[in-house]
Amino acid sequence: MKNQVFRPLFVVLVVVALILLVRMVYVPKDFGVGARGYMYGWHRESNEEDWKKIKVKYQGKEYCKDCHTEKYTKNMASKHKIIQCENCHGPAIDHPDDPPKLAIDKSRELCLRCHFPLPYPSSGRAKLKSIDPDKHNPGMECSTCHNPHNPMEGLR
Amino acid sequence: MISRRNFLKNTALGLAGAALPLSALQIIDSKKLLAEAAASKSSAVRWVFLVDTYKCVGCGLCVKACKLENEIPYDANVSRTWVERYVLTKKGKLFADNPKAARDGFTSTKIELGNNEYQDIKGPEIEKAFFVPKLCNQCENPPCVQVCPVGATYQAPDGVVLVDRTWCIGCGYCIMGCPYGVRFFHPVYKTAEKCNFCYHRITKGLKTACVQACPFGARQIGNIKDPNDPVTKVIREQRVGVLKSEYGTKPQVYYIGLDEEVR
Repeated sequence: MKNQVFRPLFVVLVVVALILLVRMVYVPKDFGVGARGYMYGWHRESNEEDWKKIKVKYQGKEYCKDCHTEKYTKNMASKHKIIQCENCHGPAIDHPDDPPKLAIDKSRELCLRCHFPLPYPSSGRAKLKSIDPDKHNPGMECSTCHNPHNPMEGLR
Repeated sequence: MISRRNFLKNTALGLAGAALPLSALQIIDSKKLLAEAAASKSSAVRWVFLVDTYKCVGCGLCVKACKLENEIPYDANVSRTWVERYVLTKKGKLFADNPKAARDGFTSTKIELGNNEYQDIKGPEIEKAFFVPKLCNQCENPPCVQVCPVGATYQAPDGVVLVDRTWCIGCGYCIMGCPYGVRFFHPVYKTAEKCNFCYHRITKGLKTACVQACPFGARQIGNIKDPNDPVTKVIREQRVGVLKSEYGTKPQVYYIGLDEEVR
């Protein structure tokens, strides 16, 4: 065959080889078909580890127990025992190292998440005790009178 | 007439053909390969989720915990999980909303209609009303994974669908592909984002942030491959439903008390 046919063909072959070379360098070695096959499992395997390495922020009630024993015991004796400390105090992360102090949410809105009256019969909400925030000491923090750890004990 | 040249040529060709092993001509069986891959990496765990809508009170503490645990910008209107409120009136009208993904719970009888319009529905008008927490269904046949053109989203051996943030190109096909609308763009990473059952927690033996934060036990996570798991027992022995089963995605978030109004 003539030269004018071979020359562009050569260029195409070089381009293809270049793409394959870049692909070899760029695509991670562990990229491949996972347990779920090509359709659902085509991925970089080390990404599973990347996700596992993410830091846990919410530590749970047992994490608080040893240092804040008094608060913990008081809370566990009340109806509010089902509520996690961190729901109001914020995620502990590495407390007391980081952060040394947790910001407490004392807003009325926090309490109203459960205690605003919603007449929804087929949900658990209707069974919770509620107050009308416009009539029940408006503008005051709930914790002025109620101890959130044991709300009905010794109203202040 | 056989020439010397032709004879040598044909002999070489014949020898090469005979040397070619039969197995090299065999077409690769993808199903066999898949079975082998599955057998070598099969997991003893398959994470599933159970939601009891009777227990949910719409406090939204799950959404708050999820956003903080998974670093989803708190004030951005995106969330990995959310709670929907359904109110059906005696006149047969259905209202549903989830203001700010229910991050701050439901503290009003006013239902959001969109465009800053609200409808106040009081007790006597209500026929039935309830809350439905939503999150990623970690489908057995995830359509979001099928449509990914680069292999950035995939299903882990334990059934959880994950997104590789370093590999996602942000094309958004998966966000369109999910029939449940659980995917969104992460405003910081600029990649597709979704609930992954707090993969960093469940793989360490912890519960997901939302399960831990729920005071009423409305959310539970379990391993369906473990017959003694309390969640598995409920799913196997009680009446549970899934969302949009007609799509064939085989969702793995099971609901107790699912109503036909729930979409």
